[in-house]
Order: sequence, then C-alpha cells, then structure tokens
Amino acid sequence: MSYIIKGETGDWEIVVGLEVHCEVISKAKLFSGASATFGGEANTQVSFVDAGFPGMLPVINHECVEQAIKTGFGLNATINKKSIFARKNYYYADLPNGYQISQSDHPIVSDGYIDVDLENGETRRIGIERLHLEQDAGKLMHDQHPSKSFVDLNRAGVALMEIVSRPDIRSPEEAGAYLRKLRSIVRYIGSCDGNMDEGSMRCDANVSVRHPGEPFGTRAEIKNVNSIRFVMQAIEYEAKRQVELLEEGGKVVQETRKFDSTTGVTKTMRSKETAVDYRYFYDPDLIPLRLTDELIERLHKEMPELPDAMKKRFIENYGLTAYDADQLIMEKDIATYFEKAAKGHDAKKVANYIMGDLFGALNKLGKSINESPVSPENLGRMVDLINDGTISSRIAKDVFQFMIDEGKTPDEIVNEKGLKQVSDTSAIEKIIDEVIANNPDKVAEFRSGKDKLLGWFVGQTMKASQGKANPAMLNELLRKKLVG
Amino acid sequence: MAIDKEMVKRLGILSRLRIPDENMDEMVNELTKIIGWVDQLNDVNTDNIIPMNSVVEDMNLPERVDQVTDGNIRDDVIKNAPDQMDGYFLVPKVVE
Repeated sequence: MSYIIKGETGDWEIVVGLEVHCEVISKAKLFSGASATFGGEANTQVSFVDAGFPGMLPVINHECVEQAIKTGFGLNATINKKSIFARKNYYYADLPNGYQISQSDHPIVSDGYIDVDLENGETRRIGIERLHLEQDAGKLMHDQHPSKSFVDLNRAGVALMEIVSRPDIRSPEEAGAYLRKLRSIVRYIGSCDGNMDEGSMRCDANVSVRHPGEPFGTRAEIKNVNSIRFVMQAIEYEAKRQVELLEEGGKVVQETRKFDSTTGVTKTMRSKETAVDYRYFYDPDLIPLRLTDELIERLHKEMPELPDAMKKRFIENYGLTAYDADQLIMEKDIATYFEKAAKGHDAKKVANYIMGDLFGALNKLGKSINESPVSPENLGRMVDLINDGTISSRIAKDVFQFMIDEGKTPDEIVNEKGLKQVSDTSAIEKIIDEVIANNPDKVAEFRSGKDKLLGWFVGQTMKASQGKANPAMLNELLRKKLVG
Repeated sequence: MAIDKEMVKRLGILSRLRIPDENMDEMVNELTKIIGWVDQLNDVNTDNIIPMNSVVEDMNLPERVDQVTDGNIRDDVIKNAPDQMDGYFLVPKVVE
C-alpha cells in the first residue's frame, strides 16, 4: 500500500532523496595527521593543514579510502578506480580554507542500492547514486559571547562519507527504514558508528510532491536533521506543506529549509536567490586517487557478513521468522550475542528470551547487550533446563530474574533456590489431594458441570507446589482426580 | 564572454572583495580584457582529446597511514588569530 496524500485536486505522491553524512571511523583526519577522535579540548586536535595555514598541503589518509571502499561494497555499488578531489568554495567561519575538499563529478563510489524491509513485509530497493569522501567542518558556538562566535576546529578535516540516494523513497516510513538499514550496514562494516544524536551520522532530505505518473516536482531540501524520527516527521510535514501550497495555486520554490523539532515545522533557511555558488574545481593540491585491483580485491575478501546475508542465514539455519531475524540483526552486537547463546541450544526459544525478557531487563537497567548480566552461555543453558524439564517456563521467569540480579549460572540458581521442577507423579498427586480435600464445595461445583473451575484448581495446586509442579503433568493428574 | 557590472559585483561578493563604485568601470574593462585573452584557448581544436584532471596524470596520489602524528599545538594554531579566548578562535557572531 503506497503512501498517498489526499488532496482536493486528487492524490499526491511524495518523492524523497536522502543525503547522509557519515563520519568515518579512523584515528587521524582525512588529509592531516591530527586526531579524529571526538571530544578533545578545543583546538587541540588541529594541525596547520586543518587550520588552513598558507602553504600547507593535504595528504590523504589511506584508512579513510579503505573505509569508503568497504562501505561501497556494503551498498552493492561500483568502486571507481579513479576518483578526483575538488574544492567546494564557500565562506563560513567553520571552514578555514574557504573551501571544503570534496568530490564532485568523479566520486570514489557510485551506482549502488540497498533493500529496505517495510512493516507490511514488503521489500523496497532504494538506489544509491554515489558515495564520496569529503572533509567535515569545524564547530561554532554562538552562545558564549554577546557579539562573538567561538570556533573549535577539532572536527575540521575529519573524514566524511556523503551517501546520496536516488529519489526512490516514497514515504516517511521508507525514509526511516532506509536510514536504519544504512546505519546498520556502516556499523557492521565498522566505517561509521552511526550515532545520529552525536552527529556522527547526519541527514539532509530532498522532498517534492507530484500526482502519480507526472514528472518530478520542484524540491525543497531540509538540512541537517539529527534523528530518524525527525527525518520522518520533517518529510511528512514538508510534503503536506507543498501539497497545500500547490493546491492554493502557489509554487514550490527550490530552497533550503530547516526543521524545528520542537514545533515539527520546516522553515526557509536560504532561498534560491541567495543560494551559494560553490564553484567546484579540481583541487590542484591533490592528483586523482587511483585504486589498484589488488586493493579492491583484498577489501572485497575482507568484507564481514552484512545484515541481509545474516538475516537469510538466521532464517535458514535457526528456523527464525523474518520478523525475529530482523530484530536480532538490527545491531551487530545483538546478532553476535544471539549466535553465542543459540549455539547448541534451542535457537528459537533463545531468540524469544532475548527479544522478550532480556531486552526488557536491559531496558530497565539502561544497559547495552554487551553489558548484559546474563551471559549468552547462561541464557542458552537456561533454555536447555526448560527443554529437558528441569524447570518449567514459569519458574524460568524467576531463574532469569535471579540471573539478572546475581549474574550466576542457571544451574547454581536452580540448586541454591530449590527451583527444580517437580515431575514426580506421587508428589504432585499428594498436593492435588490436599487441594481437593480442602475445597469440597468447589469440587462438587466442578462435578456438577462447572468446567471453568479447572483453571482455578490448576492455579491453587500450582501455588501449593510453589510453582514447581510440572504444568503438563499437573493438568493431566488434576483432571483425572477431579473427574473422579 | 560578456562581463558587466552585475557580474563584477557578484564576483566581489563571492570572493569577499569590496569593489568601490568608482572602480567599477575600470574593473569591468580589465576583466573583459583578461577573459578575452583567455578566450583564445577556444581557438584550439580539442576534439577527441581526453581532458586531463591533473598535470601529473601518471603519478599516484601520495597517502599517509592512519596514525596521529600531528595536533596538540593549540597555542601555535591560534597564535595569529585576530581574536581569541580560552583556546578558541573568536569571529564576529555568525548565525545561519
């Protein structure tokens, strides 16, 4: 079911293309030897190259090139053996050179795609136009002084991968799914940490609307949205704004807009008249970047398993549903935890405990999967104890909680707390007999046809056994005794 | 290529140069001459010639290994700044 805005002049379709900036994981910057780590004291991670001193020359960091190539593979894209760096000229206080070194008509990666899964089970293929390498800018602070802005160049020159999608996205949901998929790919590859709230992944959205079948409308670009949810909200708002404008007889102008997350509204930032003229030209300081076949082949061989392949494998090898596989592969650390826990155990049940009890507990504790008090081995073992009848799934809930609180193995907990399931017929019968003896009136009611009371008896007997009675046996024995 | 006052004004804005009105005619004149001279290049037949992206096409781009070898020179970096405070460069307030 496609996303449609119902207007007075008919149905409107939205067309979205996303530009995502991913900060590359590397020790040093793209063209200098200064540290690319986040969070240093102001201007301590700045070399003369980054500060734009006269006569300083950029020298490219090989690691950033490798990261871009690997990400290119992750996007099913073409790796271009020759790419060229160009200067994108504009004046702003966060850009000491007066230009950003970027790539224009010869990017390092082009023509790829990623498949995104939607909630209704459909898969949509979103084209990737290009990925290019460029420098990040510095940081400005405007609130420190009445008439001055403070400039910190620590981030200036850190490598970015700009990943540009084709205008293939047709709904806010698809935009969200695309960003989540992209984030999980760069995280699996280890080329970007994908944290939008810390700014290491940032998104610009190009939005236009049209009646289905018509040519593309004029687009507006929404700059620098910093969460997936906000991107979705911004697109939804902007598309509605454009439809209303067009239906009132107005025109969409090509412009840059800003999304205000507190009001949920987009506003004009720069109109086309004041649009900057970047005057791209090849950077005379840098000759073309040429990649050897050996390098490309080596990196191809070194590619880790990516989310799509892992999902397929989880479904085939572990018998998981597509939905469950999706939950587990979303983050690499969760997938790794699952595989450790599932190894040699009932994988489906392990998956259920991870997505249910474990996620719930971690959420409450505010911990990540890597900080889980329950080790994957212990979780797998607990599932074994359920499956071989040592504990019931009801008791497993308690065992699990003890594992969370005390970090012990399930065997230790079961022994220490005496939680072993009672599967001994005579022991269970003894408890049942007591319950029956204590409740003659209820027994009479049951025997006179009030079947529903069976549930009540099950509850009472289970309680009397302190939850330890084997539920299947208890049910069967109870029914027999009651029917008499 | 025709150079007029509008274009000179725009070039001035783009390159952050203040061009006083009284110099405008002279600027237009000079730039027109310069462009006219460079325009001679258009007389050269470049059909079937692959454009070069650099004058050293057959060389490889020198690369560095991913190691932190620079930085921690804050005092040197901001020493020449017209204005500074607490290790920051200070610029007239800009809000975009």
